[in-house]
Amino acid sequence: MSEPRSDSATLVIEDVAAGYGAVQVLKGVSVTAPAGTITAVLGANGAGKTTLLRAIDGSVRPRRGRILLSGTNVAGRRPEDVARAGIAHVPEGQGVITELTVAENLQLGLLLRPRADRKPALEEIYQRFAILADRRNQAAGTLSGGERQMLVIARALATAPRILLLDEPSLGLAPKVVSTVLELIRGLRDEARLTIVLVEQNARSALAIANTGIVLNLGTVVASAPAAALAADDALRRHYLGF
Amino acid sequence: MTEFLNFTLEGLSAGMIYAAIGLSLVLIWRGTRVLNYAQGAMAMFTSYLALLVINATGSYWLGFAVALAGGLVIGAVVERVVIRQVTGKPPLNAVIVSIGLLIGLEGLAGLLFSSNNRSFPPAYSVNGLSIGSVALGITWNDVFTAVAVLAAAGVFAAVFRYTSVGLRLRATAFSPAVARLLGVRVGRMLTLGWALAGLLGALAGMLVTPSTFLSPNSMDGVFVLGFTAAVIGGLESPGGAVAGGLVIGLAVTYATGYLNSQVDNLVGLAALLLVLMLRPNGLFSSAPARRV
Amino acid sequence: MSTSPPGPYPGSSPDEQSRAAALVKESAPPAPPARKLGPFPVPTLARHLGIAVLAAVVLAVASAMIGDYRDYELAEIAAFVVAVAGLTVLIGLSGQISIGNGAFMAVGGYTAALAFLHLQWPLAAILLAATAAAALAGAIFGVAAARLRGPYLAGATLMLAVALPALSTQFQSVLGGDQGLGFYINVPGFLGASFSLSRWQAWFNCAVALLVLVLLANLTRSRVGRNWRALRDDEVAAALAGLNVARLQTVAFIVSASCAGAGGVLLAVWIGTVSTSLFALGLSIQLLTAAVLGGLGSLVGAIWGSAILVIVPTFLANFATSHGMTQAKSSSVPILAYGVVLIVVMVAFPGGIQGGLIRFFNLRRRRPADYHQEERGTT
Repeated sequence: MSEPRSDSATLVIEDVAAGYGAVQVLKGVSVTAPAGTITAVLGANGAGKTTLLRAIDGSVRPRRGRILLSGTNVAGRRPEDVARAGIAHVPEGQGVITELTVAENLQLGLLLRPRADRKPALEEIYQRFAILADRRNQAAGTLSGGERQMLVIARALATAPRILLLDEPSLGLAPKVVSTVLELIRGLRDEARLTIVLVEQNARSALAIANTGIVLNLGTVVASAPAAALAADDALRRHYLGF
Repeated sequence: MTEFLNFTLEGLSAGMIYAAIGLSLVLIWRGTRVLNYAQGAMAMFTSYLALLVINATGSYWLGFAVALAGGLVIGAVVERVVIRQVTGKPPLNAVIVSIGLLIGLEGLAGLLFSSNNRSFPPAYSVNGLSIGSVALGITWNDVFTAVAVLAAAGVFAAVFRYTSVGLRLRATAFSPAVARLLGVRVGRMLTLGWALAGLLGALAGMLVTPSTFLSPNSMDGVFVLGFTAAVIGGLESPGGAVAGGLVIGLAVTYATGYLNSQVDNLVGLAALLLVLMLRPNGLFSSAPARRV
Repeated sequence: MSTSPPGPYPGSSPDEQSRAAALVKESAPPAPPARKLGPFPVPTLARHLGIAVLAAVVLAVASAMIGDYRDYELAEIAAFVVAVAGLTVLIGLSGQISIGNGAFMAVGGYTAALAFLHLQWPLAAILLAATAAAALAGAIFGVAAARLRGPYLAGATLMLAVALPALSTQFQSVLGGDQGLGFYINVPGFLGASFSLSRWQAWFNCAVALLVLVLLANLTRSRVGRNWRALRDDEVAAALAGLNVARLQTVAFIVSASCAGAGGVLLAVWIGTVSTSLFALGLSIQLLTAAVLGGLGSLVGAIWGSAILVIVPTFLANFATSHGMTQAKSSSVPILAYGVVLIVVMVAFPGGIQGGLIRFFNLRRRRPADYHQEERGTT
């Protein structure tokens, strides 16, 4: 997991439209997440950020468009198949399975790896995430917010993903914890060369670690640029991102 | 005093059956949030299959094995074909569908095998045991029953706790959406859960049918009390189902022993209402989360 | 069917309460405008009574023409209509499931038989007393089970259905045990000596059925009916809006138990005895089947369901026997049919017959009774 990957995957979303019932949320979105980069997806509430991630992970079936994982179209596959193809989604609100222990949560993720790799991978995770090592046999429900966020990211990494989708990892966390989490995410790109799509309300922090940023508004992409350029564009920032 | 002791032993033995039914119900409830009213009827059906095999081949244990395998199959088929249609729909639909399964299976059994009562062989001797000159109220068959149910429960518990399949089953039960995102094939896990419950129910059927005789309705009474055991224990807890089963087994045996044989269901009703009035979600469940 | 306890939630903000109140108001549509007969507005009650009177006349005339055997069947159907209507209101409108209404039918039937045997009251008085007894039983059970939801409630009603008939064997001397009690109602004198018994049974049962249907129809359009639907659709919101959830649920139980009790009396009138075998678990399941088949929440559906319940099984069993099946096997054919019907209807046609008819003839008049049938509990 922590060796530099020379086979980082690219995620290309081509003109995807998706929604729930009569409500059309995404109206034709195209995004490219180049290999080994962090792409920040920004925008106001209701812009379609979460729906975009759910379209990618298979929870929502796109009505139109393709989702290419290093050239293979995974649009419309069931979530468990998308996960097995190598796209790991850490949903908003964390998704820790509270009735299982920390170790069991991690082991669940590890099940996607070949049997021989599981133990070494678990050890690596405990090395990188000391907090989880300390609490490995505790029920996951007893963890604090920040610890849970660590757990779900670690659990997603346990699946040896090629693409990591993160939905609002900073939500509800204290500022100091937020920066720890964001540092972790930056590290995943820098050291492990993971391709990451980061949905964030906290646009400033997200752009600080991202390579590129796209801004969604009412289901369409209104801006797509290198993160630094986006952060420097005052008009855009104030209009869509609120700072 | 010996009478009390005998009743106690009998009650524990009967309680094992109710515990097995209750356990299978909890298994299904936790996995799919469906209360399978047809659990007893499915066990009745597998017992008929066993009887066919036993009569054809003369081998009890072959019939036993066929019943258990049949339980796996019938559980899996029911989940895949029928229950899958009502997952995600309002709970009322699943209730009605499973009641439909209950009577459908009883009707089918009556049609295929006729509704007459049939005798059913036990696994072991049903002669009373005695220690020295004291006759005990239990038989080798009762001992086998207790051992079989405890062994099955133990194996299930071990599978759930220590194997990858068990981990996937638990994840599916606790949090199917999250499990999916981790690559767990939730659909298969649901089918597997029902298959295992079917296995457990078939075991209970094989153990209890010698004393009830086999007919399309023979599992009704057992099911209702096993169901009561599960509900008393709180549908979330396997341990609760076992405890509930033993409690019901003892209560019913004492009552039918000291009063008369018709009070079994009245006792069940009284126990059920008593427990549910104090703890509407069963004895061993934690308080439900408020949904505001 | 939620698993949270009823009652107002401490700590809910005024904001949440007003949101909930809005939700309750939304989900309970306003009463339909009064229908007009020419230039005159016709209130709901009068309309229902008018339909009932019309139906009564039609039935009375028909009963003379269809012969004794069909009159007998008509009486049986009417008995079931009363019980099924109560059950369909309970499940379809208040969202609570009961697989134990057969027990309340037993209460009604046995009370009637006892009143007949020991007090020799006239039939109308017997009917009222039996209904009251069943209502009381429903109240007791409703209060005991007020905090139960979903599978726990269903389980309690199941246990009730199985256990209550056993009481008759406990009190054999009074309740007759397996033999049961006789209930031989004769044709009243004023109809003349040559009036056939089955025709009288049909008249009495149909009259009671029409009366009960009118009462239920008015109830479902009243505020109580609207509150039930609000409760069914979102219990938490209903509680936040100030509805007394436990009381509404108990009232629903009382209503359905009363109907079941009345139905039990009618069944006793029809059969002439009451015994445990009449009121076994199978009866509760038959009621459920009829309610589901006809369309949960629909009073007209109760009529369809009851008619099919009475006519089809004998037909199927006879069909099977006449094609060579032994009695021991052919009696299982209707049972298998019930099971298949329940499954198929729930999976493919959750709205039952009435729902299907409404859709087919596009009879969408937005009657409050059907308003939420599509959205909750049956789809």
